[in-house]
Parts: sequence; C-alpha cells; structure tokens
Amino acid sequence: MSDRPDMRPHGHAATDPPGGRGRSLLATAGIWVGAALLLAILPHVFGSGLALTSMSLVGMMIIFALSYNMLLGQTGLLSFGQAVFFGLGGFLTAHAMNALADGKAAVPLVVVPVVGAAAGLVFGILFGAVATRRAGTAFAMITLGIGELVLSSALILRRAFGGEEGITTNRTDLLPFLGMTFGPQIQVYYLIAAWCLVSTAAMYALTRTPFGRICNAVRDNPQRAAFIGYDTRAVRFIAYSLSGLFAGVAGALAAINFEIVNAEQLGAAQSGSVILMAYIGGVGNFAGPIIGAIVVTYLQVGLSDVTEIWQLYFGLLFIAMVMFVPDGIAGLLARQQPLLQGRRLHRVVPFYLLSLLPGLAALAGLSLAIEMTNRLTARAADGPEMTFLYTPIRADSPLPWLIAVVLMAGGGWLFLRAARLTRQAYDEALAAARNKGSGS
Amino acid sequence: MTSDARAPAPEPPALQLAGLRKAFGAMEIIRGVDLALPAGERHAVIGPNGAGKSTLFHLVSGHYQPSGGSIRLRGEDITGMAPQLINRRGLSRSFQVTNIFPRLSVWENVRCATLWSMGYKYSFWRNVERLADARRRTEEILTEINLLDRWRMPAGVLTYAEQRALEIGLTIAGDADILLLDEPTAGMSHAETERVVSLIRRVSEKRTLLMIEHDMGVVFDLADRISVLVYGEILASDTPEGIKANAAVQQAYLGVEPL
Repeated sequence: MSDRPDMRPHGHAATDPPGGRGRSLLATAGIWVGAALLLAILPHVFGSGLALTSMSLVGMMIIFALSYNMLLGQTGLLSFGQAVFFGLGGFLTAHAMNALADGKAAVPLVVVPVVGAAAGLVFGILFGAVATRRAGTAFAMITLGIGELVLSSALILRRAFGGEEGITTNRTDLLPFLGMTFGPQIQVYYLIAAWCLVSTAAMYALTRTPFGRICNAVRDNPQRAAFIGYDTRAVRFIAYSLSGLFAGVAGALAAINFEIVNAEQLGAAQSGSVILMAYIGGVGNFAGPIIGAIVVTYLQVGLSDVTEIWQLYFGLLFIAMVMFVPDGIAGLLARQQPLLQGRRLHRVVPFYLLSLLPGLAALAGLSLAIEMTNRLTARAADGPEMTFLYTPIRADSPLPWLIAVVLMAGGGWLFLRAARLTRQAYDEALAAARNKGSGS
Repeated sequence: MTSDARAPAPEPPALQLAGLRKAFGAMEIIRGVDLALPAGERHAVIGPNGAGKSTLFHLVSGHYQPSGGSIRLRGEDITGMAPQLINRRGLSRSFQVTNIFPRLSVWENVRCATLWSMGYKYSFWRNVERLADARRRTEEILTEINLLDRWRMPAGVLTYAEQRALEIGLTIAGDADILLLDEPTAGMSHAETERVVSLIRRVSEKRTLLMIEHDMGVVFDLADRISVLVYGEILASDTPEGIKANAAVQQAYLGVEPL
C-alpha cells in the first residue's frame, strides 16, 4: 500500500496532452470570467462592514501569498524576508499618494499600485543581486538578514518611514475614477479585487512560460538544470525580482486600504505569516496559497476575537500541517480528485467524519488545557473563573483538567485509529477508482 | 582499416584535453590526461573503479574546475567554464546516477531540456504550450527513447530502466553535437542493454560521443576508439583491436588472460 506511486499530476505540468495545446481557450477564459463574477458578487452577499474589510484584506493577502509561492513552491527558494517588498511597496505607494494628492497630477488612484509594483521590482533586483548568488540554506539566511536590515533602516530613517507611527495618507485626495472616490470601503474592495484578479492571472500565466517551467526544473534539480543550459543563479534572480514586484502590488493595496504604512508591515512577523499562508494552503499547487491566504486571514480575524493567545494555535496548526499534511489544504483536496472522477468519494467521506470527531475532541481537550494554563499563569490576576465553549468553569478545580486529559488522550487515541482506517479506505477507493478508470 | 589511419581532419578536434589534472587536496585523481576526439568519433573510456573516469567527465562538463591543463571544444578553450556555458556550446552529458527532474512529468523533463537550444531561454512572456517546435522536438525525443506513453507520469515514479532512458533523453534533447554518456547501461538487464545500445548508436550518428562503460560487449560493439584510464592516467588509447592486443592493458585491466 505504501509503495503506491504518486500519480497526481504536479501543478499543471501533466494535464496537457502532448501535441495538444492544453485546455481549450474557452475553458481557460471561463475560469477567469467565473472568478471575476464571484469577486463582483461577493460584496452583495456579504455586505457588512466587517465582511468588506476582511475580504479586502484577503484580496491583498492572496497576491502576497502567491508572490511568495513563486519562490517557495515554484522555484524551491525558502525566503524569510518576503515582507520587505510588501512593506517597501506600501511605503513608496503612500509617498506617491501624498505627492499626487489634491489632483496635482492627473493620476487616478486605481493605477497607483503600479508604484508598489515598481518599488517591489527595483528592490527585488537590488536585494536579489545579493541573495540569489546562493541557494538553499545560505539563501534563506541572506533573506533573513535583508529583512532585519530593512526593518532597522526603517526605524532609523524617520523621515522616509515615519518612525513608529509610520506614514499616513488619504486615498480620497487623489483623482476619482469613473465617479468613484474610493472613500467607501466597497469601492476599495473592488479596486483590490480587480488588482487581485489581474495579478493572479499574471502569476498563473508566468507558470506556463518557458521561464516558469525552468523554475520548476531548478526547484527539482538545480544541478541538472545547469547541464541543460540554464544558469540557476539567473533563474533564481529573475524569480526573486518578479516575486518582489507582485509583493509590492500587495503592499500598495495595503497602503490604499489602511491609509497608513508602518515598519511592522516589512518585519519578520509579516514575512512569517506569508510562509504560514503558503504552507497551510499548499505550496505544490498554484491554488494552494490562495486557499491559504483565505483560511489564515479568516482564522486570524476569527481566532483573535475568541482568544488572546490565538498565535499559539497558529503555531500548533502550522506544526500539524507540516507534519501530517505537507502538501497543504490544496494537496489534500487534489488527492480527492481521482476518487471524485472514479465516483468513489462517497466511500471515504464517512471515514473522514469518523476521524474528524475524535480529532475535534482531542483538539477541544488541548485547547481547554491551554486556556486554563493561560488563566492560571498570564492572567492569574483575573482569578480562576473563566468560560470555555460558553461553559463557565474554574481553572483551579480538578474536574476540567480531568476532562481535558481524557479528551486529549481518548480523542487522540481514537483519532490515530480512525486515521489508519481512513488511510486504508482511501487506498482501497483509489485502487477501485483506478481500476474503473482503466477498465472503461 | 583502423580509424587511426584516417587522414587528420582539417578542423580542430571536437574535443581536446591537454595535460588535464584534478587534485582534491593532496589526492591527485586525474594526473595529466591528453585526449583528442575527432568530430564524429565514438570514443569509450574504460578503466577500473576509482580510476577517475567520472571525475574526467565532471571536468569536461564543467562540474569540477580542473587543477591544471586545458579543455578545448572545437578549438575553443572552455577550461573552467560553468556547466551551462559549456552546454550552450554544444556539449551535453548524462550522469552515472540518474539525475532527472523527479516531480516534473516525463514530458516536462524533456521539454525543459529542449528550451535553451530552441532559443526560448528565460522567456517569461510566451505560453510554453504554444511552442510548436519545442512540442515537436519533445515528441521526437520521447519517441526515440520509447517513453511517449509515459509522458504524463512524474519522472520520479518511472522504473529504473525508464529513468535511465529519460536520462539519455535529457542529454540529447538540446541537440548537442558532443555527447558524454556516463555508464548508460549500468544496472540494466541484457534486453534493456541491447535497446540502449541501439539507441546510443542512433543518437550518436553525426555526433561525437564520449562514453564511460563497464560492459565490454557494449564498448567493443560501439566504440571507434577506446581509452584505458588507470589511476588518473591514460594507459592506452587505440582501436578496439589495438586495445585487445595491448599487453599493458591486459595486465592492468582486462586481466592477464588474452581476450
């Protein structure tokens, strides 16, 4: 069972017949038209202020996460400093907006993200000239250094970066576009959605160029890439610069959206959160970072409402994903595709639910223990009374601790058993789906 | 008639090594190798394990920097050049240990290997699926190495023999006129070896071939000339008949029994 070969086509490389020209133009156009329609309709379905701001946030994070995956997923480069381009793109955009304010120049707000793109590209070329001289661990360390360098520069150069407060700007001071002043959040949402769609399409198109495919080759085997004529350093350099360009677009949209840019946006925390998005969504699939940006952004918004130690849960989620689902949510979904095609998905869904239940129980136990610990230590001054899942409990009484331990141990044990059964069921369903596929 | 008797070509040799040396610290692995391959020759390098055959290939293909001596490709000095620069000048190599792009499909493996020579380089504005010439060439290569029906599979899941065939496919896809094949039949069954030999014979037509090979049947079947490398030095370089008759070679490598 375990030697089952991995037959999933990787990315989009294996879906085109040799000699064919891939999916029909109509089908390709259909996906993008569908995405555009979805983005247009969303604010009419979820029209609350909170929904609009979070969807705007998701839009820019999708661009940011995809730009990061041009490095990690496509070219195999682990960067710890992607936020540098996001932040610098944002700062330069804010300065540009202030310079263009009050209609001094006939530049509407909608084209301002071009400034962020240019800033990202220029700094990508600048830092890339240093960082991409090396690959692997050395590259990762250099990007970490660049991140620290830029962050400390931002705090020192107060005039350019505005110190701790940052640089503020006012998007409504620029020329309106088609009657839109970009005062109301819904207009900003549409601006972000349009840029998100264009950037996503551009980054997808990039994966289908000779350069995009060579990035994948360099990721798989840089040594051999040199022996088929490619300078792997040049490939890394171009990928890094273009990735900076798109991260700069995301940063520009953030500047427009928040009307303030500060040094936090180019720091290590922001660089770390884009790694989380790409990894949780799945780096081996173009759609992975999109899913990751959506999930992580909503979890950040949602969890921070429920618990003050939400970052701890993020750490746990990240570790769990890396350990058990290294190909991310997109990889998990991609593995269901052959079952769906072979009409065998219904055989495994009960097993998924079967493992989900004890999994959730174990998670609840873990969360209870974490929250009670937090109550007894960091928030000891507030006393032991607390509520967990709408239930009032006392963190210093033994019963909730006993429940937590039982849930963790029992749920964990049952989960591991259920997971084994699920894997068996999956393998059987996959074999059946394949047999059916080859028999027809 | 031996190939030695041919009139010297007016153009420089396809590949010429002069006094080539490589040392790792105090260990000298290649100790002054002189070798000239006229264009179109099929040349085999044989020698015991540890003689430095693969090191020699690493030097010629740019993977290692030589410690001394020179390498000339059609008269042009390529000593110490980076692998990609040597490859772009028309020298392509395969590896002893399969060295492919495991997560890419078989199709994508071969197509990537065609792209530079087709002039697409780092192009990030063309749709790779619309490159009709790259598609044709990829299909030709896959037909040649008999992997067309595997085109969709990730290269990492192919069988060993299929991966070895793909290894050769990657080497020939860029249309280089000098091929270096490092043990192309290693670990293959008799039938598989025969297939690979006829493949090598086909693809090395009108090309210059330098190959490392342990299977003496393959060597004597394919090679116009054979060089014997022992302890980093060329002991003899001659036609297959000459090598068979050479007493020093017999003692050093082929065993004392006359062949």
